Amino acid sequence: MEAITIHEGIVVPLDRANVDTDLIIPKQFLKSIKRTGFGPNLFDQLRYLDEGQPGQDNSARPINPDFVLNRQRYQSGSVLLARENFGCGSSREHAPWALTDYGFRVIIAPSYADIFYNNCFKNGLLPIALDSEVVARLFKETEKHSGYRLKIDLDQQIIVEPNGNQISFEIDSFRKHCLLNGLDDIGMTLEKADKISAYEQKRKQQLPWQF
Amino acid sequence: MAGKTLYDKLWDAHVVEQRDDGSALLYIDRHLIHEVTSPQAFEGLHIAGREFWRKEANLATPDHNVPTTSSEREQGIEGIVDPISRLQVQTLDNNCNKHNIVQLGMMDNRQGIVHVVGPEQGFTQPGMTIVCGDSHTSTHGAMGALAQGIGTSEVEHVMTTQCLVQKKMKNMLIRIDGILAEGVTAKDVVLYVIGKIGTSGGTGHTIEFGGEVIRNLSMEGRMTICNMSIEAGARAGLVSVDETTISYLKDKPLAPKGEDWEKACSYWRTLVSDDDAQFDTVVEIDAADIAPQVSWGTSPEMVVGVDDAVPVIENGKTETQKESIKLALEYMGLNGGEKITDIRLDKIFIGSCTNSRIEDLRLAAATVKGKKVSPDIKLAMVVPGSGLVKFQAEQEGLDVIFREAGFEWREPGCSMCLAMNADKLEPGERCASTSNRNFEGRQGFGGRTHLVSPQMAAAAAIEGHFVNIQNWNKEA
Ligand code: SF4
Repeated sequence: MEAITIHEGIVVPLDRANVDTDLIIPKQFLKSIKRTGFGPNLFDQLRYLDEGQPGQDNSARPINPDFVLNRQRYQSGSVLLARENFGCGSSREHAPWALTDYGFRVIIAPSYADIFYNNCFKNGLLPIALDSEVVARLFKETEKHSGYRLKIDLDQQIIVEPNGNQISFEIDSFRKHCLLNGLDDIGMTLEKADKISAYEQKRKQQLPWQF
Repeated sequence: MAGKTLYDKLWDAHVVEQRDDGSALLYIDRHLIHEVTSPQAFEGLHIAGREFWRKEANLATPDHNVPTTSSEREQGIEGIVDPISRLQVQTLDNNCNKHNIVQLGMMDNRQGIVHVVGPEQGFTQPGMTIVCGDSHTSTHGAMGALAQGIGTSEVEHVMTTQCLVQKKMKNMLIRIDGILAEGVTAKDVVLYVIGKIGTSGGTGHTIEFGGEVIRNLSMEGRMTICNMSIEAGARAGLVSVDETTISYLKDKPLAPKGEDWEKACSYWRTLVSDDDAQFDTVVEIDAADIAPQVSWGTSPEMVVGVDDAVPVIENGKTETQKESIKLALEYMGLNGGEKITDIRLDKIFIGSCTNSRIEDLRLAAATVKGKKVSPDIKLAMVVPGSGLVKFQAEQEGLDVIFREAGFEWREPGCSMCLAMNADKLEPGERCASTSNRNFEGRQGFGGRTHLVSPQMAAAAAIEGHFVNIQNWNKEA
């Protein structure tokens, strides 16, 4: 997993509440048995005017010129600005895979669906929750200034606006630690193998039918 | 000291290690595997050179991609026409063989949707922690188990460590008291709840469903409700154990037997929220307020009673809400303001892990018995949740009732719930569906989904548009 310390990038405003995982990456792309290659089909239904298929040449497809990812000023954006309850729906990790594969490293929204939020951290994607008024203001700023960028400092837990204004954000310390160091949490859990075995022994005595 | 909620009890019993930052290493008793979210986890396992921690805790079955027509099904995995679907089902098969994981494969008569198969086999039991790389794992909470959907990285984590790193959620109680009116089912209850609290109403919480209505529901009904906890934003839904739970489990193939059964039952009976337990949030609902529900938009919270009208943009309280209603109406091809019962349909889907159990099929069959599907309906299909549900239904002659009415009777799988196989809506087609999600494109690109109960879907098939099952029953 790629670590995040400080990230700076162009902000892409996706002005829509309840963006679900089917919208982030439609199911026909879930048939892949790989973790990569989902970027070109991120937000497929919104991005193109036809129905995409896995393995298709996307350059030949009709694009939806109004969709934010297709607008010139947001090209190469890496900070996604969104509305309430982002990532609701399924548990598919293909959603964060598609976002990172496209190039997003940070999401800013008022709230997230639990499973999606959790999945982001496993994939080097930082989801930041801010008050909806602050998010609303950032939407306005992004629209006002072409090439609007934000700098996110994970260690300090602050977002720096172009005018120097700072917005602080909350993040749980374990997740922050893993993200800062790009740590694999399976390895960390396996260090507790003895404890897990001891727990199992105890349970086996109490609830033998479960084993 | 205040008593404990069921969630508190389940949580406490599974903490292997509490960490300083509030997270805990939580032991996982059961892991269900399907073909869509597991290949990358197996791949991760192989790359890291790791093995399963406890193979017996796993059970696999393919469901999302499997074809539901018997002709395509007969030839086994090789017979799956779509090469990408075939590869995914084949990959699951190879992985299970390689690691000796029990798989109810595509040709096994016990195969089906993971969330139907787990309870039916008695693989998922009260008091357990249960996970699966699928958000509707919440279904198993009906059993008094802590059941949650997880992502693929967590699937790999559970495979290799039998644990998850988690933070405890808050406790929410949704209490539904009173008696449900005729024609109002568990599906209507849960759609109503989601309409009330919204799709993020349960975020950060584990929801326990309680009250007289829940106590009077069968296990099937409770599963329907817990299934859609995720649509209310909660990763897990729960129902306290009672005699209904215990009699459901009796004689299930993997349920404890003999002396173990007695011991298990006395343990299971403790799996209830204490009378003086404290919940962070309590929502009270009166059963009398619940009419048969129909979703009109592109989020499960966009739902109204069948006698109501589709909302108009001005009904939105905030700008964001107005924008959501506008987008949803556009996508659904509705103007806003039309009566729900005037909405005409193209297709009918009875199935999915929400409503494909035997009880659902019985109710739907009773609704269509002796009647004919409207000529306006292009396709009406029934997809049983598992091979065993299908078998049982055929024993009872339900397949004949459906076929005579003009329904297609299919092989078990997820089917048109998410349209990963060949069963899908064409652009612009409108469907009454017993599934759980009405997201854009969920049932096919440009397809329009209205979520309803099995009876409501069945009656809509006969009339070609929605009807209020409550009056319709009387006229018929
Ligand atoms: S039936 Fe639908 S919701 Fe249930 S597991 Fe299958 S795809 Fe998911």
